[in-house]
Amino acid sequence: MSSEIQNKKQILVIGGGIAGTEASVRLSGLGYQITLVEQSDKLGGKLNQWDRLFPEQKPAKELQQILVKGLNTNIKPLLNTTVCDIQKNNGKFKATLSDGQTIVSDAVLLSTGYDLFDARKKEEYGYGIYDNVITSADLEKIFREGRELKTAAGKTPKRIGIIHCVGSRDEKAGNTYCSQVCCITAVKQAIEIKEILPQTEVFCFYMDLRMFGRHFEDIYKKAQVNHNIQFIRGRLSEAFENSDGTVLLKAEDTLLNKPLKMNVDMVVLMVGMMPSKTAAHVSSMLKTNNGTDGFIAQPQGHYRLSCTNTPGVFSAGACTGPKTIEATLNDARSAALEVAEYLKSTNALLN
Amino acid sequence: MKIEGKKNLWKEYQKEIADDKYFYARSCIRQNFFPASEKTFLQILKNELSKDIYDDAKHTTCTGIAYHTDIVPIETTMTVIARQFSLMTEAGYTNYVPSCITSFGLYTEILEMWEHMPEMETKARELLWKATKREFKKPENLAHASDIIYKFRNDIFARGKYSLVNKETGKPLHVVEHIGCHYAKMFPHRGVGGAEYPYVLAGMIEAFGGEVIDYPERRHCCGFGFRQYVVKANRGFSIASSKKKFESMSPYKPDFILTNCPGCPYFLDRWQYAISEMEGITYGENGYGIPVLTYEELAGLILGYDPWDLGLQTHQVSVEPLLNKIGIPYNTQTKYLGLRGEDLGKPQNPSVLKVY
Repeated sequence: MSSEIQNKKQILVIGGGIAGTEASVRLSGLGYQITLVEQSDKLGGKLNQWDRLFPEQKPAKELQQILVKGLNTNIKPLLNTTVCDIQKNNGKFKATLSDGQTIVSDAVLLSTGYDLFDARKKEEYGYGIYDNVITSADLEKIFREGRELKTAAGKTPKRIGIIHCVGSRDEKAGNTYCSQVCCITAVKQAIEIKEILPQTEVFCFYMDLRMFGRHFEDIYKKAQVNHNIQFIRGRLSEAFENSDGTVLLKAEDTLLNKPLKMNVDMVVLMVGMMPSKTAAHVSSMLKTNNGTDGFIAQPQGHYRLSCTNTPGVFSAGACTGPKTIEATLNDARSAALEVAEYLKSTNALLN
Repeated sequence: MKIEGKKNLWKEYQKEIADDKYFYARSCIRQNFFPASEKTFLQILKNELSKDIYDDAKHTTCTGIAYHTDIVPIETTMTVIARQFSLMTEAGYTNYVPSCITSFGLYTEILEMWEHMPEMETKARELLWKATKREFKKPENLAHASDIIYKFRNDIFARGKYSLVNKETGKPLHVVEHIGCHYAKMFPHRGVGGAEYPYVLAGMIEAFGGEVIDYPERRHCCGFGFRQYVVKANRGFSIASSKKKFESMSPYKPDFILTNCPGCPYFLDRWQYAISEMEGITYGENGYGIPVLTYEELAGLILGYDPWDLGLQTHQVSVEPLLNKIGIPYNTQTKYLGLRGEDLGKPQNPSVLKVY
């Protein structure tokens, strides 16, 4: 296919996080024209909310900079913009954006990412009610802003409980899937706490430790051997606030077969990934199906993971389910190739 | 503790509570445990709030205790409940108000089950017809009696003589609330305020001028927990549960405990005596216990009813310290007189727990 033809092909990428930005860069490299719609004021998605990334604790900012470095004149990023309406007619997609623009494209790539689980839904853990219960995202924000880790009363916490699987693998929360990144995030954050507060005791309450990624097991071992972080196999049943603001945790230590009660100065909830509301809005207009987990379905299975049930509409990143950043980047590149192949085939049909 | 967080949660757990025309179903055990509570509820609704409430002598147990101790099968429970509904239908009412928390939980469970398994409802109708030739309509509104007092809490307070304020200090009384497990733990959206931070009693306490005290073991069972108490061998678990709660709440120095279940006030009241005899420990001020009230008793006190007409002399823990704080007068001479003025006799004093 000549670059002339490719230049005429327009692709609308919805969501300017890791997957959307990376896929846009890759597709632009193949000669396509990209409109990249992002609802926030910055590309990079959740990267902008994170401080350091597992496994090597590299700054999230570095990766965000690498991603946006690839932007070029074939990519038109539209920040603070959302898709109000999108319809498919005669093989073309016509989208009306929140700024009033109309974009006509030959293909659409959904890269709407995920929403963080709202920890207030686990009411028994007291997030939003107890003073010293925060989420992994809150802790990351404290690290990112360089603030000291203090209790609500301004004291250095002597004991911190980290709770895994908050909103994941939890039928009561309506999410039976594993969010994949929480276990390693918990270990990363536990180490980061110990690095700044070596005297503070850190306890991780887990169901299973899913250390599937490269180096994950090594980090888990490092957490125990080098930092004396305690891992307790037991899901938190409930938390209560004591009169002094400390939090009473109740769990069952399933290795000891004993109920356990522990007072901690601070609790960090490892919130999981949820299907994003943006994805639900856009996919309903594009008539793409969702899986039973609420994420965008991948009807063509292993081989063509980026295809949705609507021809010309593709998916990339965590909009199809929880993923690490590495998996998201790979998925984005794969999706870019899938979109390119589709556009080639539609061009062949036109000829 | 962020009260705003609780308020945001409470907004998600509001339920529809009928305004009038109630069919009342009494509890099997409350009239023995707290003899004037149900009478007071009827009195408040009829005389104070001018509501139409029907107290049907023909109704029976809901089978709650038998159901939760695996003595009766679900078909029996369904049929008995279907009969209760047929009595309501026959009397011309559509708003069902059980006095008992376990009944409320069981009615909720059966209605929910019929919603998801209509064949079970058909079966219940068939069994009821076969046994009694009765038919029924399902309630349009199901609310626990404490929901009704909650709904009219501001009207009650407006008519009241007293508030939950210490007359000496002018400060709100500190109140611990304890919700029966079957109120919302099974179906959080059927209870005012949900399961984790219920508001039904907290709302009454606030409306009556008191201050709700949250404490670490607030959600823990009162100690009734049917299998803990009904199975004699398990009674150690029962008293241990109550003890756990007392030890958790006592540092907050609550002026009293407010409850909405048949078993909770009974066990929280009587076990204080048992613990004092067994271990020499008391949890209230100056060797007394922490008074325990039902929501009807509390509403009655606010309205200025005589404490002995409310049956407060049948409590194990003396309520006089609480009455003194609020400034409610009481006659020590009439405390143990029966309805016809006969002397019922003063109970023997415990050896440790101080009583009036």
